[in-house]
Amino acid sequence: MYRSQKLALHYFAAAVIFFGVMTLFGLLSALYYLYPSMLFHTFDFQMSKIMHIDTLVIWLLMGMLGAVYWFLPKELGREVKGIWLAEILFWVFCAAVVVVALVFLFVQYGSSDQFSMWFINQGRKYVEAPRWAAIGIVIVMLVFAYNVIGTAIATRRMTGILWVLCIDLVPLCLVYLDAFPQFTNMSVDLYWWWWLVHMWVEGTWEVLIGCIMAWMLMEVAGTSRRIVETWLYIEVMLVLGAGILGLGHHYFWIGTPQYWLSIGGFFSALEPLPLLGMVVHAIYDAGTHHLKTTNQPGFYWITAEAFGNFIGAGVWGFMMTLPQINLFSHGTQWTVSHGHFAFWGAYACGVIAVLYVAKQKTSGIDYLSGRAWKWGFGLLNFGMLGMVMGLLLAGMAQAFYGRAMGGSTLMAFTQSSENPWFVSGMWARTGFGVVFALGYIVLVYDLVTATRRMPKAVAPPEPA
Amino acid sequence: MSIQEPGFWRAGAISTTAVMIVVLIFLSIDSIQVISAGGANVPRYDVINQQIGYRYDWTRRMDVPVIGGPEPLFGTVYSETGAQALIAKGKLVIQSRACMDCHTFFGNGAYYGPDLTKSWLDPAWSQIWMPATGAKTREDAMVMFLMNPDRYPTWTRQMPNLQLTREEAQAAVAYLKWMASVDTNGFPANFGMKQP
Repeated sequence: MYRSQKLALHYFAAAVIFFGVMTLFGLLSALYYLYPSMLFHTFDFQMSKIMHIDTLVIWLLMGMLGAVYWFLPKELGREVKGIWLAEILFWVFCAAVVVVALVFLFVQYGSSDQFSMWFINQGRKYVEAPRWAAIGIVIVMLVFAYNVIGTAIATRRMTGILWVLCIDLVPLCLVYLDAFPQFTNMSVDLYWWWWLVHMWVEGTWEVLIGCIMAWMLMEVAGTSRRIVETWLYIEVMLVLGAGILGLGHHYFWIGTPQYWLSIGGFFSALEPLPLLGMVVHAIYDAGTHHLKTTNQPGFYWITAEAFGNFIGAGVWGFMMTLPQINLFSHGTQWTVSHGHFAFWGAYACGVIAVLYVAKQKTSGIDYLSGRAWKWGFGLLNFGMLGMVMGLLLAGMAQAFYGRAMGGSTLMAFTQSSENPWFVSGMWARTGFGVVFALGYIVLVYDLVTATRRMPKAVAPPEPA
Repeated sequence: MSIQEPGFWRAGAISTTAVMIVVLIFLSIDSIQVISAGGANVPRYDVINQQIGYRYDWTRRMDVPVIGGPEPLFGTVYSETGAQALIAKGKLVIQSRACMDCHTFFGNGAYYGPDLTKSWLDPAWSQIWMPATGAKTREDAMVMFLMNPDRYPTWTRQMPNLQLTREEAQAAVAYLKWMASVDTNGFPANFGMKQP
């Protein structure tokens, strides 16, 4: 095993731990809606929310970095260039995340000065981490870029997947620089903040996970390089073709010109297309291989990724993206429903699939299956679907009663939040959150013990 | 080059992405001019010295902010630089207390507290907090509430006391007044026009 792949295993372990932290604070955040006085003045909602969404970004990022460190030496047939630096930075990265988490847990916020921005809390959603930690993430990303590009140069060999990955690394590093500035003007602040949130997450991350899924399909389903690279190019063309100006759906209401209503609405409506392409691709591959695979959980999680991405990011996003609807749905739990489903479908399922592939390869078993992964798969997906539906119910109540009928005032917000539809939606979200948390526990149990329970050499089932 | 060749789709991916990036750059240059303070949609910071309203515009078919006559904030007429400094402080207050992780601004943020885009215009200040705090003006009621939100609970979901000084609370109020003057293409719709 390459040192790079050992590093990948470290990244995967850290990702699974932060996945658990994210789930824990997600459950806690849901409980505040049901028990608002809980932990009042000790640990208020905003800190729980920060822990939830920041660990979401961290675990997915770590999972994807790990996936690239896993596949890269295999792709190029040599150790990753500068791997020693990446190994050191992994520990620095983990230590920084822990320090930031401790500051969020025990210091929480500071006074209105630059010290708070540098060392406590920047107070910008998703990038609350203080500036010193944001600089740390930039350094990690730069070293990651050096590892990938340096290895490709050292081997004097480039594949289609690597070309896409290397080009994607440029905006991946550059756009994150947007985590630092502190604009007085909220309109300007949000304009650039959306470059970070949309372009990083809905652009560069989509391309990054596309590269990882291309390697995964070759590994798990035995798909040819020619097919996965063709699909990767099509995906990049459609994701960036629709997604770059699809950024406009975040520019409807922040003070930006009215033309964004048309541009954002039109291109956002096109955004589900590449995700539909992924579903077609998944069905095609599944049919071609008669569901035959040496890694059942990996294969099923890839399929969940394709469907989850299309429905969660595509359909759920389209449902609320046209300005006529977004005027009322924007900033309600409807958005939260879409956010949960999209992150789950687009990234989380893919990262979990990679975890199973790495598990199989490190343990040397020929065929990975069993019963526990099915429970984990079922509970996690059922829990997520339930949360998404509960949040949609609550969000629609807010959109209709608080926004369209109530006029968005404080009293309208209060009364729509006491509406029985909203309340039952939040109870459903919490209940299904518990189901999701149980699924996480089964997933971890299976990842730790699956290969111990599987015989070393078992032939995969023959297709029907 | 055939449609079945990966190279065909690679060329498509590169050209499509390049065209979209160029279009986005041009649109961004225009948008930044429009949303800079003093631009077409975002008033200068000294707009806090004036009355700010929000009315339905039958030409544009949406709610738009209306800038009226003089209405000094805290009884003070701020110079342009004074207003800018006050609002810069207000933004630091909003970020340092992570307001965006409970509330939303222009609909962006968390969803635990109400949206603050037009909160300066919220009738609750005169209907609930002015009587509750005994303040004579809306801005004084807002300052008293922000400094001690736990003293004036109106709902089970209370705002925590974030230890704001008077100076910080005044800066936050100035920020909210300025933000209410931004033309947001009609968001939020019907603000304050109806009650559920």
